[in-house]
Amino acid sequence: MNFKLKIWRQKNAATKGKFEDYTLNDVSPEMSFLQMLDYFNDKLITEGGQPVHFEHDCREGICGSCGLYINGRPHGPLRNTTTCELHMREFEDGSTIVIEPWRSRAFPIIKDLVVDRSSFEEVMLAGGFVNINTGGALDANTTPINKKISDRAFDAAVCIGCGACVAACKNSSAALFVSAKVSQFAMLPQGKTEAAERVEKMVAKMDDMGFGFCSNTYACEFDCPKGISVEFIAQMNREFFSAKVCSHKK
Amino acid sequence: MIKLESKIPQGPLADKWNNYKSHLSLVSPANKKKLDIIVVGTGLSGASSASALGELGYNVKVFCFQDSSRRAHSVAAQGGINAAKNYKNDGDSVYRLFYDMIKGGDFRAREANVYRAAEVSNLVIDHFSAMGVPFARDYGGGLDTRSFGGVQVSRTFYAKGQTGQQCLLGTYSSLNRQIAKGNVTLYTRRDMLDLVMVDGKARGIITRNLLTGELERHSAHAVVLATGGYGTVFYLSTLALGSNSSAAWAAHKKGALFANPSFIQIHPTSIPVLNDYQSKLTLMSESLRNDGRVWVPKEKDEKRKPNDIPEEDRDYYLERRYPAFGNLVPRDVASRAAKERCDAGYGVGDTGLSVYLDFKDAINKQGEKVIADKYGNLFEMYEKITGINPYREPMRIYPAGHYTMGGLWVDYNLMTTIPGLYSVGESNFSDHGANRLGASSLMQCSGDGYFILPYTIGDYLSDEIRTPRFSTDTPEFEEAEKEVKERIARVMAVNGTQTVTSFHRRLGKILWDSCGMVRSKEGLEKGIEMLDQLEEEFWKEVKVPGTADEYNQELEKALRVADFFEVGRLMCQDALDRDESCGAHFREEFQSPQGEAQRNDAEFAHVSAYEYAGNKQKPVLHKEPLVFENVELKERSYK
Amino acid sequence: MSKKGFSIASLSHKYIMAAAGAFLMLFLVMHLATNLLLLAGDGGGTFAESVDFLLTSRLIKIMEYVLFGAFILHILLGVVIEIHNRRSRPVGYHVKPKSGTSAFSKFMFHSGIIIFIFLLLHLYHFFLVKLGFFPVYGDATEVHDFFPMVVYVFQSPWMVAIYIVSFIVLGFHLKHAFQSAFQSFGLNHDKYMPAIKTVGTIYAIAITIGFSVIPLYFYFIY
Repeated sequence: MNFKLKIWRQKNAATKGKFEDYTLNDVSPEMSFLQMLDYFNDKLITEGGQPVHFEHDCREGICGSCGLYINGRPHGPLRNTTTCELHMREFEDGSTIVIEPWRSRAFPIIKDLVVDRSSFEEVMLAGGFVNINTGGALDANTTPINKKISDRAFDAAVCIGCGACVAACKNSSAALFVSAKVSQFAMLPQGKTEAAERVEKMVAKMDDMGFGFCSNTYACEFDCPKGISVEFIAQMNREFFSAKVCSHKK
Repeated sequence: MIKLESKIPQGPLADKWNNYKSHLSLVSPANKKKLDIIVVGTGLSGASSASALGELGYNVKVFCFQDSSRRAHSVAAQGGINAAKNYKNDGDSVYRLFYDMIKGGDFRAREANVYRAAEVSNLVIDHFSAMGVPFARDYGGGLDTRSFGGVQVSRTFYAKGQTGQQCLLGTYSSLNRQIAKGNVTLYTRRDMLDLVMVDGKARGIITRNLLTGELERHSAHAVVLATGGYGTVFYLSTLALGSNSSAAWAAHKKGALFANPSFIQIHPTSIPVLNDYQSKLTLMSESLRNDGRVWVPKEKDEKRKPNDIPEEDRDYYLERRYPAFGNLVPRDVASRAAKERCDAGYGVGDTGLSVYLDFKDAINKQGEKVIADKYGNLFEMYEKITGINPYREPMRIYPAGHYTMGGLWVDYNLMTTIPGLYSVGESNFSDHGANRLGASSLMQCSGDGYFILPYTIGDYLSDEIRTPRFSTDTPEFEEAEKEVKERIARVMAVNGTQTVTSFHRRLGKILWDSCGMVRSKEGLEKGIEMLDQLEEEFWKEVKVPGTADEYNQELEKALRVADFFEVGRLMCQDALDRDESCGAHFREEFQSPQGEAQRNDAEFAHVSAYEYAGNKQKPVLHKEPLVFENVELKERSYK
Repeated sequence: MSKKGFSIASLSHKYIMAAAGAFLMLFLVMHLATNLLLLAGDGGGTFAESVDFLLTSRLIKIMEYVLFGAFILHILLGVVIEIHNRRSRPVGYHVKPKSGTSAFSKFMFHSGIIIFIFLLLHLYHFFLVKLGFFPVYGDATEVHDFFPMVVYVFQSPWMVAIYIVSFIVLGFHLKHAFQSAFQSFGLNHDKYMPAIKTVGTIYAIAITIGFSVIPLYFYFIY
């Protein structure tokens, strides 16, 4: 297979970037998208060029490192798929592939296609945990949890923190990311105790980090590689509302 | 002269840890604040160590090379985490878990360490549950378990096929809690490039800021390496592409012994190689072997599609060879059996290098929905990669490099041979002997970090309370940083014609052929020779574009690959020295007439720990004899 | 420095937006019900009576202020949110985003602006009556009779077209707005959401058709 590649190149945060056009021939349809980029980089390097920087690690769709905006969609044309799981057989031979970094004020570009997602970390630091110390936990089976609830909590907890929701959202809102963690803990008895404080803190931090506001367009759900539902955004809205209305001053 | 002191406490096996930890020295809360600890790595063992130590009040600095501590490769563990809870009433106990691990490891692990790992496994499950890790539950609301390879009880707790992710994210949240409290400082996008020793003790590290290329010095009273395994030495493996051995290797060069380097687990169920530019092999969880049946055609050169091959023409070779455990034999056994069939010419697929894993019977019996509930995400993953729907057609699988049982030698306290340098999780060698059983890696990593290291490190640090926090402006730090700088300059200066990846790929191929599933004296010797040549070529021909003082992913790779040559050589050396077959280490020369591994307990019931003697110098072998007081050494039979 | 620039939480914007929107949606039902009396065929008599009743009721007087408040809040917040959201992505994508969302949800701000302009026009017509440009009809003593104005305005095919197009845009806006209001207050449940979405669609269509019938009636039939 042969492709035309249009890739965003930017040396570092301080310099201005631009698109560069390349052609790449002899791509195997069995290659994953990132293998295609490896192959492309190998060519660039041997020809004396600078390889395209992109982030990746596990290459099996679970670490959340990779994330490229491919032909107008985060992680490319397939649903429930990360960039590393995408394969070249999904593309039409001879077509042009446009590869862009995530675009959001909260995700500044570091180099080429690599962005800084530490704003996600900040939100997690604000309250994405259960305040429990090591040791002294009761036997795990002393707290029964309804299977459906536990399964739902798992459905929220599968978030890989890749940032596709922000990249897909026209407002670059982080509502899906934040709500997944808020909901996971709010559903489970272990996290319920501090659910109100948690949602207030995490939402406040989310606002601080410069993400846009959710306007219920649901592009996030559509492009989430783990298929996380916007029902969790609703749950966050609910949790936040009741936290604001019911919480005490001190 | 280094003396290996395992420091295994006296007394009956079941009481060792309890008695020992009751007598360890403590550090008072006021003094803990004055003590700095460096933790390298934020996987399950690193993040759990850092958070547990932070919780105790130590001043912890934790490092990872990724952009976030949530991305470490523990996240990719699929199948589950073992614990001796006996929730299924099927006769499980701490002793049985211990015994299964010892036997699974082919009697090449320390009894006391393994027993302790089994003992704390229950605490780990309770702690994860309390942190809100959404493990699978049954309808009564209790935790569900499933069975795994190499055992006959159901003790594996799981969260669909994403148990590692859920455990890691739980640990990540506990780490975040400590960061938010100010007890732990997290440094992301840092590679540890050297260990700094002061007066014979580990006192700090040199890191490279991957974004700016800046070299940084960090000092501490103790250093904990939680840097995972070195499986990426094979290039193609189930590991993340960034996983590397450089931190552990730096420690090894500074005097930490490296134990059992040739014990590398080859996982039997990975998606086979599909193209020349393949960069990694994706694992299909071992749990699939609960319901999937492994087979190859009875005829060589079978041309029919798998679904067209009738039952009588299929060879369910695992069930045939190992009737007692069937498809659930341990990983090393399953891997070698697959290789045996493929080498004999019965393999399937274009390359003949794969076997079928078939779910037809399970789907017929339990229904597609039940199977989808258990393995849905794995089936999806398989279909995404191969384009084949495993509900309709059997999966094709082949073994792939996966987990390194070998690692830095540690004593009972998890301290290496360098005072003040600890190693936890996969980066140490301690609990899995010559072969790891499925779902015991998450268990060991979290046990080490949450429930063992926090006790044992205090014992060492109680002697350090008089050492004031020290500056990094010392000759030792100066020297270490200079060495790193020179090394980087050296690799940048080569400016050859070949990419780092091309070397890594060739290096992996050499090791896979010589030090993979089956080894031989001749092959290993040839392997070492080829490694020497390739290394020489690397230092003449490698091309690293860009500069050292910027974000340069090629430079990161080059530094890691440069270390892999040495790691590979040590692996081969160890495989050569060990004239027996045990667990994952299978020497052609030492097998039974039926092709099973033949141990030599009289000569090799020991841990081989190597001391670094310089690059291309033969390492010095130290032996730690393994004493078995509670189990009887016997042939590991799964028949 | 905080990048936020607002002192209330993002979610609070959502609640206010949704609450104001929900109130406006209820108002639309009232408004439509009253307006449909124009079609009673009695030259606007019943219509005038009901308008008179509404405009003299004290409760309705209060509600009028609430209504104005809701309009202003909804519009102002809509603008504030839009500005904030645009600032959240200073550099856009080269390829037009293809993420699957409905056009209804993507263009809420645009449809909102059109509705706002329409609203100005509508209010202009309303004030023509208030300012006494049209004769008082029948026995009514107050200047609340809009019937002649309606007849007059809808003689123009342009006005009919503008009104109908605006109603269609309004329908678009409402199609998303209805279920969105539920979502914003966290009322998204796998059991009920399909029903809410269906009701929302029916509501949006009913409002569009209901209001559109009036100009058509006056242009073609009256």
